[in-house]
Order: sequence, then structure tokens, then C-alpha cells
Amino acid sequence: MPTKPAGTLYRGREGMWSWVGHRITGVVIFFFLLVHVLDTSLVRVSPEAYTAVIGAYKNPLMALGETGLVAAIVFHAFNGLRIIAVDFWKKGAKYQRQMLWTVLGLWVVVMVGFSIRHLSLALGGH
Amino acid sequence: MTATIQSPRSGKIQPKYRRTGGSKGNFEMLAWLFMRLSGVVLVVLIFGHLTVNLLVGEGIHAIDFGFVAGKWADPFWQFWDLAMLWLAMLHGTNGVRTIINDYAEKDATRLWLKIVLYAATTVIIILGTLVIFTFDPCPVANGVQLPGGFCPAP
Repeated sequence: MPTKPAGTLYRGREGMWSWVGHRITGVVIFFFLLVHVLDTSLVRVSPEAYTAVIGAYKNPLMALGETGLVAAIVFHAFNGLRIIAVDFWKKGAKYQRQMLWTVLGLWVVVMVGFSIRHLSLALGGH
Repeated sequence: MTATIQSPRSGKIQPKYRRTGGSKGNFEMLAWLFMRLSGVVLVVLIFGHLTVNLLVGEGIHAIDFGFVAGKWADPFWQFWDLAMLWLAMLHGTNGVRTIINDYAEKDATRLWLKIVLYAATTVIIILGTLVIFTFDPCPVANGVQLPGGFCPAP
């Protein structure tokens, strides 16, 4: 009589959590994309309307939001390439865990670089 | 009477047990393939977009009407943005469609959520495409040039 569910290869492990992360970041990016097409469309209304709305992206709170959005995009991009490798590369499934840690490592490196550059531009001067 | 069970790889599968060839054709396989192909292209397009708009020069402070006008004066950026718009919207719509199929259990709920999704997608793609190709650096309203535009010297 089993007392405790045995562990599985997928559930509660790297595979499942990368799937959860991919879904959540995907939905976040999609809703931003809808808003972003609409705000860009204001160039067709008037130069002042566009510049006013884009000005909303330039305050410090939004700078943090943009950094979070780019963090979601970079994870979704790198993990998406990992999914493609799992599907099309012969050894993809075997190395999916190592590839996830590679994704997370690259994500940290890219995000440290992006955050320093973007936040110093957005929060500094002007 | 004995039922004849075909060997799995004989190819003699009764039509009702086929995964493809039904009313849906191989749409799901094409959608799966599209996610991977568009995904690779989108990595390049979006990383390029973020680099040029946020990391180069003054970054986000440089973005205003003139910045957009400067980019769309060049067909290269018009087609870059057009490809990004279409691929990202279709990629995102297919992703959300999958999520709706996974979590909305009632047929009617799934139907309505997908109707709303496809309507939003259609509006955004058409709007974005029109904006890219009808962009006017010197907008005029009621015969008056709007402030902030880039108009040829009189």
C-alpha cells in the first residue's frame, strides 16, 4: 500500500516549472503586445498624443515595469529555444534539465546587463 | 467471431481512429510547427527591436514621434515592424488559444473566449498594419499642420 506518491520525472520538477514559467510569461507578453500596438497607433492620431502617451513609459516606476517585461521576454525567448531543442535535437530530451539551467544562467547574465543599461538611462538625468 | 486487430504500423487504421484526416486536417500540427518557426524569427526581431529602441544612444529618452518617423522613413524598419507585428500576434494568439482550450471546460465558454480572442487579434493586426503603411510624418488636421510633425519647409 503506497503511503506517499513516488516522485515523477516531470511533476514538481524542472520540466513542469519551466512550462509554468513559459505560460505565465507568454500571457504577460501577449497582453503587453496588445497595449503596445495601441499606444504606437497614436502616431496616426497626432504627434502630441503619441509623445504624451510614450512619456508615461519614461517614469521611474514604468522603468521597473519595462525591466520586468524584458525579463519575461528574455526567459520566454531562451526557454522557447530550449523547447525547440527538446523537440528537434536527438539528445534534447536527455539534456532538458541542463538546458534549463543554461537558460536561467544566460537569462541572469542578459538581465544584469540590460538592467544596468536601461535603469541608468531611464532613472538617470534628463 | 474474432475481431481483426491490425498491426499498429500496418497503416490500416480505421478512419475513426485516425489522428489526422478528420475535419480539422493537420491544423494542430501546423500550429505546433508555426510556434517553433515563428519563435526563432521572433527572438531575432524582438532582441533587435529592444536593442535599437532601448539600449542604443539615449535609450528610452530618444523615443518620441520623431524617432518613429525616422525609423519608418526606411522600408527596412517598416517591414521589420510588420513582420514582428504579424508573427508576434499570431504566435501569441495561438498560445492563448492553447491556454483557453486547456482551462475553459465548458464548450460555450471556450467558444466565446476564442471569439473575443480572434476579434482582438484581427483588430490589432489590421490596425497595426495600417498604421505602419499609412504613417504620415507631417499630419494635417482641417488644413492645419499638427504641432510636432515633420513637414517640408514651405
